[in-house]
Amino acid sequence: MADLRERRGSGIPGILWIPAGIALAFLVLPLVALIGQVPWAQLGQIIATSDIGQSLGLSLGCGIAATAVSLVLGVPLAWVLARSSDWHPAIRRTLRALVIVPLVLPPVVGGVALLLLLGRHGLIGQFLNSWFNIQLPFTTPAVIISEAFVAMPFLVLAVEGALRAADRRLEDAAETLGASRWMIFRRVTLPLVAPGVVAGAVLCFARALGEFGATITFAGNFPGVTRTMPIAAYLALETSPPAAYVISLVLLVVSVGVLFALRDRWVSGLSS
Amino acid sequence: MTAIATSVLALAGCASTPAATTAPKTSVSGSIVVDAAASLTGIFDEIATDFKKSHPGVTITFNYGGSSALATSIVSGAPVDLFASASPATMKTVTDANLAKGTPTTFVSNTLEIAVPAGNPGKITGLADFADASKKIAICAPEVPCGAAAVAVFAATGIKDKPDTLVPDVKTALTQVSLDEVDAALVYHTDVLAAGSKVQGIAFPEAQKAINNYLIAPISSSKNLALAAAFETFILGKDGTAVLKRAGFTIIG
Repeated sequence: MADLRERRGSGIPGILWIPAGIALAFLVLPLVALIGQVPWAQLGQIIATSDIGQSLGLSLGCGIAATAVSLVLGVPLAWVLARSSDWHPAIRRTLRALVIVPLVLPPVVGGVALLLLLGRHGLIGQFLNSWFNIQLPFTTPAVIISEAFVAMPFLVLAVEGALRAADRRLEDAAETLGASRWMIFRRVTLPLVAPGVVAGAVLCFARALGEFGATITFAGNFPGVTRTMPIAAYLALETSPPAAYVISLVLLVVSVGVLFALRDRWVSGLSS
Repeated sequence: MTAIATSVLALAGCASTPAATTAPKTSVSGSIVVDAAASLTGIFDEIATDFKKSHPGVTITFNYGGSSALATSIVSGAPVDLFASASPATMKTVTDANLAKGTPTTFVSNTLEIAVPAGNPGKITGLADFADASKKIAICAPEVPCGAAAVAVFAATGIKDKPDTLVPDVKTALTQVSLDEVDAALVYHTDVLAAGSKVQGIAFPEAQKAINNYLIAPISSSKNLALAAAFETFILGKDGTAVLKRAGFTIIG
């Protein structure tokens, strides 16, 4: 197998290298331009004087929480969507379209929608307010809700794709051996689609980290409570662009680091 | 790719078409881009509609946004012909980069006002309520002009404000007020007028301590300074000021 691969080389047709190179440059060059503007000499001073640490902690905490919420709720939803082949096609298509809605909706509009649902006069929020005295807007949980709202579809789509590609005969085999449905899901299906779940979680986490519009509308912006890194960067851009570049750089470095660490851990854990 | 190239060509063709031949009474023609503070949204469009009656064939495109963001984009080379900012500080960004043609004109001012949801459910009576932690309060972030004005007012009055959120622009504050998610926000008089019936304003005497001046200047890198200057003159003339006054601005000069 390895020999065959070696003989074929990369197997990429030469003509594809050009668009692939342009695509990579297109994705990476804006970051290069941004990093080129980072005031390295003042880097330490800007990090020390601004409350980047506080925003970063909040961003990472909320991003991880939003990813956890998306995993707990999104994987079962993906499973339902993937195994809905017996349902009427119209229902199936509608369900799938509904899952994508948060991706299409401008995030600020998503934030308004969340206010209309969960705000103190919202469809559900009014009861949270009058029965339990819970007011979600302008709180840290509201940041997690905003991020999960915009990021969960990435996870659902990735996991659903993996589930549909998975070989169902393995589940059938487990069933004939007497495994319960829950056991099949846990011991057969989930390990089968694990790479899809990891990929989905990574996408979901990345999207949650960058979330801005829904957060600022629904959760607001207050230091230490709801001011995440993207909001800090946006506001810094108003008065001191160099600080905004530094915030972006820190967010970039930390998020890439977290993604690498998680991926290595998860993927190696799975293959061993 | 072809479609994009064609449309770019079409746009370029549009811009270079000598429209002056169809507008014999005026010496200006072509098109300009006007960057204006978000609080001027709609108002400048109305002035442009009047302007086009006497200057047929010209195209004026507006880009409304936060003054600081607009100033940053102009300094970064955005093709803008005329800039109206909501604060001297943001105009200074442009003049410091030697991009303003002549000295900017201070043309209107705006006064802070308390915006509350219709019916005032939070029973807000004045600026002192902004120090009440039990009330939900939205204030512009200090980094943006409306926030700088709020900081000035609170500093001048000694009121210790306790906001629940620091909004990046006035529109976000008004959305939260109109949905009754905050009891009060500090915005400008013109914003309250523009927000419609779901928002009502409470004027307060301390607002006199932080009056916000608006400045306007053509951008020196403009390829159509004649049209930019003509439109600026029209804004500062009686037709323009009448529209600005109706929107709630105080006319200067």
